[in-house]
Amino acid sequence: MTTDIEPIVMPKWGLAMTEGLLTSWLVDEGVELKPGTEIAEIETTKIANVFETPIEGKLRKLVATEGETLPVGALLAVIADDEVSNENIEAYVTTFQENFVPEETGEEAGPEPETVSVGEHRISYLKVGEGEGDPVLLIHGFGADTTGWMFNQTALADGRPVYALDLPGHGRSSKFVGDGSVTALSKAVSGFTAALGLKNVHLVGHSLGGAIAIAAATEVGAKSLTVIDPAGLGTDINIGFLQGFIDGKRGKQLKPVLEQLVADKSLISRDMINEVIKFKRVDGVLAGLQAIVDSNFAGGVQSIDLRATVKDLAIPVSVIWGREDEIIPVSQAEGIGDSTGVTVIDGAGHIPQMEKASEVNDIILATIGA
Amino acid sequence: MAKKSYRQAINEAIAQEMRRDENVLIWGEDNAGGAGTEGESDAWGGVLGVTKGLFPEFGPDRVLDTPISESAFIGAAAGAAATGLRPVAELMFVDFMGVCFDQIFNQAAKFRYMFGGKAVTPMVIRTMYGAGFRAASQHSQALYPVFTHIPGLKVIIPSSPYEAKGLMIQAIRDDDPCIFFEHKVMYDEEEEVPDDPYTIPFGEANLTREGDDVTIVAFGRMVQMANQAADALEKDGISCTVLDPRTTSPLDTDTILECVEDTGRLVVVDEANPRCSMASDISGIVAQNAFKALKGPIQMVTPPHTPVPFAPELEDAFVPSPDKIAAAVRATMA
Repeated sequence: MTTDIEPIVMPKWGLAMTEGLLTSWLVDEGVELKPGTEIAEIETTKIANVFETPIEGKLRKLVATEGETLPVGALLAVIADDEVSNENIEAYVTTFQENFVPEETGEEAGPEPETVSVGEHRISYLKVGEGEGDPVLLIHGFGADTTGWMFNQTALADGRPVYALDLPGHGRSSKFVGDGSVTALSKAVSGFTAALGLKNVHLVGHSLGGAIAIAAATEVGAKSLTVIDPAGLGTDINIGFLQGFIDGKRGKQLKPVLEQLVADKSLISRDMINEVIKFKRVDGVLAGLQAIVDSNFAGGVQSIDLRATVKDLAIPVSVIWGREDEIIPVSQAEGIGDSTGVTVIDGAGHIPQMEKASEVNDIILATIGA
Repeated sequence: MAKKSYRQAINEAIAQEMRRDENVLIWGEDNAGGAGTEGESDAWGGVLGVTKGLFPEFGPDRVLDTPISESAFIGAAAGAAATGLRPVAELMFVDFMGVCFDQIFNQAAKFRYMFGGKAVTPMVIRTMYGAGFRAASQHSQALYPVFTHIPGLKVIIPSSPYEAKGLMIQAIRDDDPCIFFEHKVMYDEEEEVPDDPYTIPFGEANLTREGDDVTIVAFGRMVQMANQAADALEKDGISCTVLDPRTTSPLDTDTILECVEDTGRLVVVDEANPRCSMASDISGIVAQNAFKALKGPIQMVTPPHTPVPFAPELEDAFVPSPDKIAAAVRATMA
């Protein structure tokens, strides 16, 4: 028992987040918070997400009210033991609010993306974290970019650098994709690790990025591999999603397409749809995406089979799959040939790293031996 | 991606297109900033500095100063476009457009039609519009309805820095004469604008808010006013769709009608004078095509039918405001 009072504050998910909307509380005052307790639903301009308590203890007071939009770092709730009087808690809240200064938006708001030339590509990447630990490299999927790791990158960066890159044709990287094949893209990834001199890299790849991670693992001398709902372990893929992503021009057309990514359809926010529309307007993006689809997924059949490659890897390998994946069926997890490294996550679709972020983070950390 | 001003966004769009296509060139009053004369080179970049920096990069063959003779250099742009170049001409204030109506209305706008579709006229006329700059009645008008009236012209009214860059690149690549309306009060407004070139298609409205009760159609600078009104009304439980048509010609009539059918109420916000305006035009289109969907009278929020006043208090009272828009929304719900 202690007399400490601890705050729970508005989290910062990803670089762009400056404020969040507290949609609803999932707990009442007086409950005991344990690791992983879901306490609130918070909506950012990118996506809605469940907020798990960052600290344990007795929830004494809910400070923020549902429907409030608050800056990152603002007081949401207070944790304290029963011994702490209500007066002391009120005093703590008053002092916190009087002294709270929201983080300025803009320049000093954390790490900035950098770029490096890799052959004909200009690769943009974001590095978070420092330390002696071996580096982690996050490789996103088709149509995504580094911001797709907003719930993961910082969480993995305790004591090690975590890099997230934008694949060729994506994000801030140049839009040239070569023939768009997994082989070509994996060469860009191995060229990236060489250009930055990264050794003993822990690779984490999602979807198309999963196939790329498998294909690049030996070349980059990977120390471990985590793949999330990856391509390359079976034949079927949802071509309706891929082509719909390319062809959908308006929010109305893209919403049902993007909703296929998640089990909980309400997570797809209007801003997330707008980000996709903005991305697709950039010169060269549609041609690059189409080349990737034509090269790897023509007719809804995956043309690259990495099942033998992944079995031959002599490093720790984990496969994570959302049970309700509508893009690449969860049954393809069997493609790894060994169920010991497979985790199927309930209540998640194709992007469990966003939908069930902390479960995915725990598995990645276990895989890299942290 | 960095925050860029409306001014920077337009400058970057022109610079990127000039790098991509050597047929793109610019001219206008002080666009080269007095280059070639004694004194500082690239001193201005147009009267409010939008093209500053282009002369040092692209030089005197592609960035030209013109005499104060709009009829001559706008006519030159039409001729250059008809013969293979892609000029971007700056006509400082749209209020001065009267001296080159023949070149625009009767020449550039008609070439494609008069030559049986065989001629194209890929020119952009950049021009400043709008009140709030304390520049009095001869430098403050919002004359886009005049150009919308003429078939053969495309009329673009960007409402933010992101919109300005994508619509400018689209305009430069378009094969018809485009009149690009820049609100002079917005040049220093900033938002995230991608570094890469991108295009926003014409005739595709943007919904900046989506609601159930009232559709607010707004143009250019009025979009942010409408957004503010919608956010204030939301707190009172009134939810609004805010629709930015982006271009008045072509006009995304389908989306306007769809939104009105969803909400049953329409408010049009237009900085132009009310008679023969976009406000009256859209009100007419909706009354004709979606009358049965309307649950209340259409409301127009416009300045009064007067010249823009010079007195600051009067000028501020002249321009539509979030308060006036909110009042119109309440009126259509009454």
